[in-house]
Amino acid sequence: MRLSYPTNIKIVKLPCTGKIDAVYLLKTFQNGADGVYVAGCMEGDCHYLTGNLRARKRVEYVKKILDEVGVGGDRLEMYNMSAAQAPRFVEVANEMNEKIRNLGPSPLNKKQTADAVVPEKQAEQN
Amino acid sequence: MTSDSRLEKVLAQGEFAVTSECGPPRGVDPDSIRDKGELLKDSVDVVNITDNQTSVVRMSSLSACVILKQLGIDPVLQMVTRDRNRIAIQSDILGAAALGFNNILCLSGDHQKFGDHGAAKNVYDLDSIHLIQTVKHMRDEGKFLGGDELKGVPRLFIGAAANPFADPFEFRVTRLAKKVAAGAQFIQTQCIFNIERFKTWMEQVRERGLHEKVHILGGVTPMKSIGMAKYMKNMVPGMDVPDELIERIKGVDKEKRAQEGIKIAIETIQQLKEIEGIHGVHIMAIEWEEMVPKIAEAAGLLPRPQVN
Amino acid sequence: MIIGEGKPIKDILFMIQNYSKVIVAGCRGCVTVCSAGGEKEVEVLSSALAMARENEDKPLEIKEVTLERQCDPEYLEQMRSYIDEYEAVVSIACGAGIQFMAEKYPKIPICPGINTNFIGVTEEQGVWSERCQACGNCKLHMTGGICPIARCSKSILNGPCGGSADGKCEIDPEVPCAWQLIIDNLKEQGRLDQLEVIIPLNDWTTSRDGGPRKIIREDLKL
Repeated sequence: MRLSYPTNIKIVKLPCTGKIDAVYLLKTFQNGADGVYVAGCMEGDCHYLTGNLRARKRVEYVKKILDEVGVGGDRLEMYNMSAAQAPRFVEVANEMNEKIRNLGPSPLNKKQTADAVVPEKQAEQN
Repeated sequence: MTSDSRLEKVLAQGEFAVTSECGPPRGVDPDSIRDKGELLKDSVDVVNITDNQTSVVRMSSLSACVILKQLGIDPVLQMVTRDRNRIAIQSDILGAAALGFNNILCLSGDHQKFGDHGAAKNVYDLDSIHLIQTVKHMRDEGKFLGGDELKGVPRLFIGAAANPFADPFEFRVTRLAKKVAAGAQFIQTQCIFNIERFKTWMEQVRERGLHEKVHILGGVTPMKSIGMAKYMKNMVPGMDVPDELIERIKGVDKEKRAQEGIKIAIETIQQLKEIEGIHGVHIMAIEWEEMVPKIAEAAGLLPRPQVN
Repeated sequence: MIIGEGKPIKDILFMIQNYSKVIVAGCRGCVTVCSAGGEKEVEVLSSALAMARENEDKPLEIKEVTLERQCDPEYLEQMRSYIDEYEAVVSIACGAGIQFMAEKYPKIPICPGINTNFIGVTEEQGVWSERCQACGNCKLHMTGGICPIARCSKSILNGPCGGSADGKCEIDPEVPCAWQLIIDNLKEQGRLDQLEVIIPLNDWTTSRDGGPRKIIREDLKL
């Protein structure tokens, strides 16, 4: 299956979304991303049992910080999808891309155009 | 006699005692105390004045007791350890005795979380058992906690509270025994709605012979409405309101519910009179003081006996 | 250990509003274990502060440092060489560490980045609860290993009070009644007779009520 997704999405690969740390997400915004989404495996399907569940909690935590510092927690989201769901991957990519475009550039990044970065482990398989 | 308390004398005569209480106003008007006092005066032996109950700020118990005293009522000064350290407590005890008060009820007090000043710092230098010990120590040893001699001792009849409905049930009597060992002479219990559970508790009290060492007055509160019954059941800590009681009040017409509440209170008093070791009742008619004479009359508690 | 919790970022931003060069200083002691003031929290807080200030067009230069302990002079000394280059320190150590920092570097303003809450334990990952009030006069042998001063809402030494219901405290159905726990423990050990004993009035001189406390060990002093 050859499907295309927005080219402005940069993929950061991790062995598991459980490897996500609050600092990774914050630094991404600090370094110029307008939006970030974390694409984890389906809940209940984590190879490391609870990595994706932990990632979701950290995403929620960082959303609060982003709200507090004025960047906006809605620029960060978590999605769950399986490695076999390429169309779902593209759907989420488009959805997030659209959402961030509507939000406009990050307040930290006013002069640049919207950019999205995605730490995602299955991207390479799509 | 350890004091000039009217309550102590009534109990010493072997009479069934009747006590009641009123809450001081949330303001400076002394008439609200006088009005309540006048309502209660001839129907009860002594009247408690609560001490910032449920941690809601009110006129001080000490001041309200003075107002009752002026009406010729023998007041019971309620004192909680939540708001005072041992310095203030002993000072207030001396003041109470100097003002001619004869009774003190020793309590720990509701946590400030329940009141209108949740941000307050609590004190709890002493607990209620320590407060009993403190009054007894001052009265019987004639000394301050610090060891110095008192110049004149406070002759106070010492009371404490017991909640037969709090948990753990099997420990409640042990705690009563500790209060008695500390020096409590009379006990006013939490409102009794579950008479069966109360009877079980009294059995345990008698097993330990505590009914011979302390005068137990059963707490009675008339329910004004279903709303009040539900509030007492769900919102007041350590209160046991059985569903049957709520159903019974529900079972009568709305306008007759207050009357049903009074009827239940009277029945409770009659049952309490039959329990061995119960030496009186403490009627807590919350903002409904005018009902106390009626309840006392209907329960056959009037007229109150004369004492010397 | 000492348990702390991060302050709201807006509060910290308010404290440092007039500075453009600050140190965010963590501690590898208790606050690292309770995830309030260790190296990770230094990174997260610094990143958040930097973004917030960037957003206000008032960029903030931050030096991130995490000391072995902020409550020991030798580690605080490690900041001596560069501290003068900064206008303020945001310390996310416990209250003791923050104060010791202020004491060793009296010229630079110190801002607390966390609140110090209690001496407690890790009940499970992410859950801490209070155990000790540091009263200086331990009575745990009398109370089934459960401290009524720290764990009873009224610090009652002869409990439980009339507000104990279903093993919970009257202040909150989530808070266990310390005296229920004490009774359960003593029952388990067959020592219920212990509860007949009136624990006497407490002597608070060893507690903070006796004034700030100090311990001197002559055998250890250099």
